[in-house]
Amino acid sequence: MTTASIPLPRPVSAIGRVPTWLLPLAVIVFAYAGIPLFASDYLYDAILAPFLALSLAAVGLNILTGYAGQVSLGSAAFMAVGAYAAYNFNLRVEGLPLLASIVFAGLIASAVGVVFGLPSLRLKGFYLAVSTLAAQFFVQWTLTKFSWFSNYNPSGVIDAPALGYVFEGPHGRYLFSLSVVVALTVFAARLVKTQTGRNFIAVRDNETAAKISGVPVLHTKLLAFAISSFIIGVAGVLWAFAYLRTVEPHGFNLDRSFQILFIIIIGGLATIRGAFLGAALIVVLPLVLSRAGTFLFGSYFDSGVLDMSQRILVGALIIVFLIAEPDGLAALGNRIARRLRLRSPTN
Amino acid sequence: MGLVSTNVAEWGGAKSAARSRQILTLRGVTLSFGGVTAISDIDLDVAEGEIRAIIGPNGAGKSSLINVISGVYRPDRGTIAIGDTVFADVPGSRVARLGIARTYQNIALFKGLTVLENVETGRAATVSSTFIEQVIGIGRARREEADTRARSEAVIDALHLTSVRDRLVGTLPYGVQKRVELARALVSEPRLLLLDEPMAGMTAGEKQEMAGFVLAARDRSNASIVLIEHDIGVVMGLSDRIAVLDYGRKIADGTPDAVRADQRVIDAYLGVAHDDDIIEESHV
Repeated sequence: MTTASIPLPRPVSAIGRVPTWLLPLAVIVFAYAGIPLFASDYLYDAILAPFLALSLAAVGLNILTGYAGQVSLGSAAFMAVGAYAAYNFNLRVEGLPLLASIVFAGLIASAVGVVFGLPSLRLKGFYLAVSTLAAQFFVQWTLTKFSWFSNYNPSGVIDAPALGYVFEGPHGRYLFSLSVVVALTVFAARLVKTQTGRNFIAVRDNETAAKISGVPVLHTKLLAFAISSFIIGVAGVLWAFAYLRTVEPHGFNLDRSFQILFIIIIGGLATIRGAFLGAALIVVLPLVLSRAGTFLFGSYFDSGVLDMSQRILVGALIIVFLIAEPDGLAALGNRIARRLRLRSPTN
Repeated sequence: MGLVSTNVAEWGGAKSAARSRQILTLRGVTLSFGGVTAISDIDLDVAEGEIRAIIGPNGAGKSSLINVISGVYRPDRGTIAIGDTVFADVPGSRVARLGIARTYQNIALFKGLTVLENVETGRAATVSSTFIEQVIGIGRARREEADTRARSEAVIDALHLTSVRDRLVGTLPYGVQKRVELARALVSEPRLLLLDEPMAGMTAGEKQEMAGFVLAARDRSNASIVLIEHDIGVVMGLSDRIAVLDYGRKIADGTPDAVRADQRVIDAYLGVAHDDDIIEESHV
């Protein structure tokens, strides 16, 4: 590269030295081969199961809100649709494989998402967020009101079917969740790099310019709702089948919708790995807080105090992130990596 | 033409002689916001391969006219013919397919995308593969993606943007962002290109480079160009015909020489001298 006649290589991006797929691949290999070496049932059931389900829901919401710029407060509703649809497909269609129930459940969630995405053709920002609340309330009401959805179970709380095959026990459920999450995350990561993904960001950043440039704006918005709701619906199946192992409407209330929104704000809007970083923080925070609280304050730190202090801390974190690092944990990670690289003498 | 930068010579080639076809015809176009009339009863013709400047003082309605032609605003009266298709109002979602592309007075790029991705978005109207085909990367999706990439990189090279190809556009200087906007418009290979102050805020050198790009764009594909620009020197050098707007009305229309000599244009630009303004006038 000493003579000027040799064409210069393309300018490398900030993280261009290592292939960008290497880190995700390492994480996937570790998740399949590394974690089972030391994981306890507690780690599987209390931490990894909710982490995987919430991560996937956050990946789904990030496509809609982070990439396509359509704010939604209805995530938990689409999770509920997915969970109930999978339950009913499994119950009512004889001999349907579990994987097919899950795909159909995702498609049902997708259809419901498109219906509640229709206001996005006219509404923006805050007003759209409020209109997606309708999904939250309507879905919860429907699932409580019509007991057909819960197979006329008097308590309204139904046991999720066993996953079957090799997916029994904490380790089996973990492998099942992990495989679903990996498949849909790879899909999402590919999607945002295609023309469809560029269209999402174009609509988010400048809707008029996108339209004039030939981006089909209405189609793009509804597609974002459809894909996002599919992924969130499947996340709902994981939440109900692999984590709670029951299906009930109250597990999918407005708090859950906010939780998923907070995950993508803290993790980083419009990044795939931000969904996982944010979900890890949200899942681990209460556990750390509980340990620390008991250690510091002993028996004064009961579950009520824990719940309140957790809300206060998450609220404070969101404010801190919005002011100090609006691009979330993902951007924070990038910045730290860059600092380290600058300091190391080899570069 | 002294304005053509040597760097874009490979784009050049002889200007096509075929000028007869009409690419854009406006008749009696009127637009008002509330009680304020932005443009009033405008007729405008643009021929194939023509560079057509629109000039006028601030607030004369130049940008409004571009917004009407590109379907951003809906006119109150009048017709807009693009080629042979006549519209009462141009549908914004169809302008790209009609062969119209534009740039904006205030930059309207997609800040979350890189230069390359912004330019690639200019090909969005040509994509017919579904998102599933695109994710899997098979068949026509792969062909479309390769085609989009190749055309985008060709335009990026031609507009000297290669060194910032993978930068987010929000991090680039103003003049470079203006060039990215032009690249996004050119990559769709429009037959009508609308440029709303493409050289505003640029240095003399940047303006000259941009003028070269504009000429090259016309010469390469015989596209018609409607150009709003305040720098009269640039306008006179580039344009085939100039329309002058003042207070939303067209007050002159013709070749640069004819417009330069038109008394109403001089009045609109320099102000009409009153009898007691003799001293001011002597300065002019």
